[in-house]
Amino acid sequence: MRCFRRLPSIAALILLVAATSAQVTADTTFITLASTTSTDQSGLFRHLTPKFTERTGIEVRVVAVGTGQAFAIGRRGDADALLVHHRAGEDEFVAAGYGTERRDVMYNDFVLVGPRSDPAGVTGTQSIQDALARIAESESAFASRGDDSGTHRKELQLWAMADIAPAGRWYRQLGSGMGPTLNTAAAMDAYVLTDRGTWLSFGNRQNLIIVFEGDESLFNPYGSIPLNPERFEWVKADLAQQWHEWLVGEEGQAAIAEYHIDGEPLFFPMNTGAPSRVE
Amino acid sequence: MNSHDPFTLALSLILSGDPGLFGIIQLSLQVSLSAVLVASLIGLPLGAAIALFRFPGRGLVITLLNALMGLPPVVAGLLVYLSLSRAGPLGQFGLLFTPTAMVIAQTLLVLPIIAALTRQAIEDLWEEYREQLQSMGSGRVRAIPTLLWDARITLTTAVLAGFGRASAEVGAVLIVGGNIEGVTRVMTTAIALETSKGDLPLALALGLVLLALVAAVNAVAYLLGQASRRHMQ
Repeated sequence: MRCFRRLPSIAALILLVAATSAQVTADTTFITLASTTSTDQSGLFRHLTPKFTERTGIEVRVVAVGTGQAFAIGRRGDADALLVHHRAGEDEFVAAGYGTERRDVMYNDFVLVGPRSDPAGVTGTQSIQDALARIAESESAFASRGDDSGTHRKELQLWAMADIAPAGRWYRQLGSGMGPTLNTAAAMDAYVLTDRGTWLSFGNRQNLIIVFEGDESLFNPYGSIPLNPERFEWVKADLAQQWHEWLVGEEGQAAIAEYHIDGEPLFFPMNTGAPSRVE
Repeated sequence: MNSHDPFTLALSLILSGDPGLFGIIQLSLQVSLSAVLVASLIGLPLGAAIALFRFPGRGLVITLLNALMGLPPVVAGLLVYLSLSRAGPLGQFGLLFTPTAMVIAQTLLVLPIIAALTRQAIEDLWEEYREQLQSMGSGRVRAIPTLLWDARITLTTAVLAGFGRASAEVGAVLIVGGNIEGVTRVMTTAIALETSKGDLPLALALGLVLLALVAAVNAVAYLLGQASRRHMQ
């Protein structure tokens, strides 16, 4: 069969493509960090990772996904470390042997954002439970992430605390990231729960403003977890451990504290004796 | 970024010579062109072979190939993700979140388009030249290169359609590449990212840059076609 003569050249070409790409990855020392869209889109990593690379020579490649997907990447061993925000999920992840340990890194808080006209009358309520109850009673549009992210898990937890099972046309599950959800909420004047970091760096607010903030249950802690090399032998455990320790150490904590947008800090380090609540 | 007019912004992005943007453009071209090259090397002979040979299940193969032209990029991305993941069958190569993974995913998307369109073009041509080619004593296998060469103008369109598919998709490269800054971020994933950050003017400006890029590739293909036509006359 003469047409098989083409096969070696095709194989060679595929190898060539693979080789040129592999070259890019081979000559740098790097770790893969699975993290959340909220941290990445706030611009924090662009501020943090160059400092770490300068100190250690290790490049940090950030794959920004929802917290649920970050756990899924971790459970398959496709990253070296995680930086996520869902405490219960993090503890479970480590307990199941996927990660070596979980350490507090930083926190910010969630805020409830809604249309300036505030049709549900949320402004001035005393607790987030009250605020959510008013939205449900008035059946004002509410945009939910609906994507098993850390923010979505938090939102479901808050509804449960308010003893409300949100359902109906006003409760819109978008199944998308924080930014797209904010874009959609802005377009349909809906209430939405967002982390403060993404909100501060978000550019398309239109009519939306913060309508509720400061409740203790809106606390949003982030944890770092290196993957367990006993479970995944290919994980760059040594490099990931250096990142993990830098992040919770003096230098990493200081770098987190000095990151501001428009004069406002986005994240607060956990290990400097700072108060456990924002504002 | 003080201008909010996407056209001005697109122009100033290009003129500013921002190395980040040029890295993204270069990677976009590298990934999509590699995918189109690999898909062409497989898809052109494959499409021609399906056109010329009769075998059991041929109708099924053709239907499947045509259907795969509509393969959702997210599904292609997921399949490649699951294969290249450390827990998957090809996990030991560590290719997930690399440009190579993106080339593989896009090849999967482009291959059915090139093979299916080639099959159609060659089948039509074969009807026309069958007797002539057979009287010259060439068998079907020998006829493949001749027919591919004769159909090159139509096939260029097939390959360009494949390139259009590759350079426009975001679902597959996002999943298998991870949109890592400086490593696997391409034009489409950068546009999706800026959209989710709510920087709509910048997202649109990047979209215009991508459009210009695709137009440039198509213009080059057109000019080459014209040149080869003049050469024949």
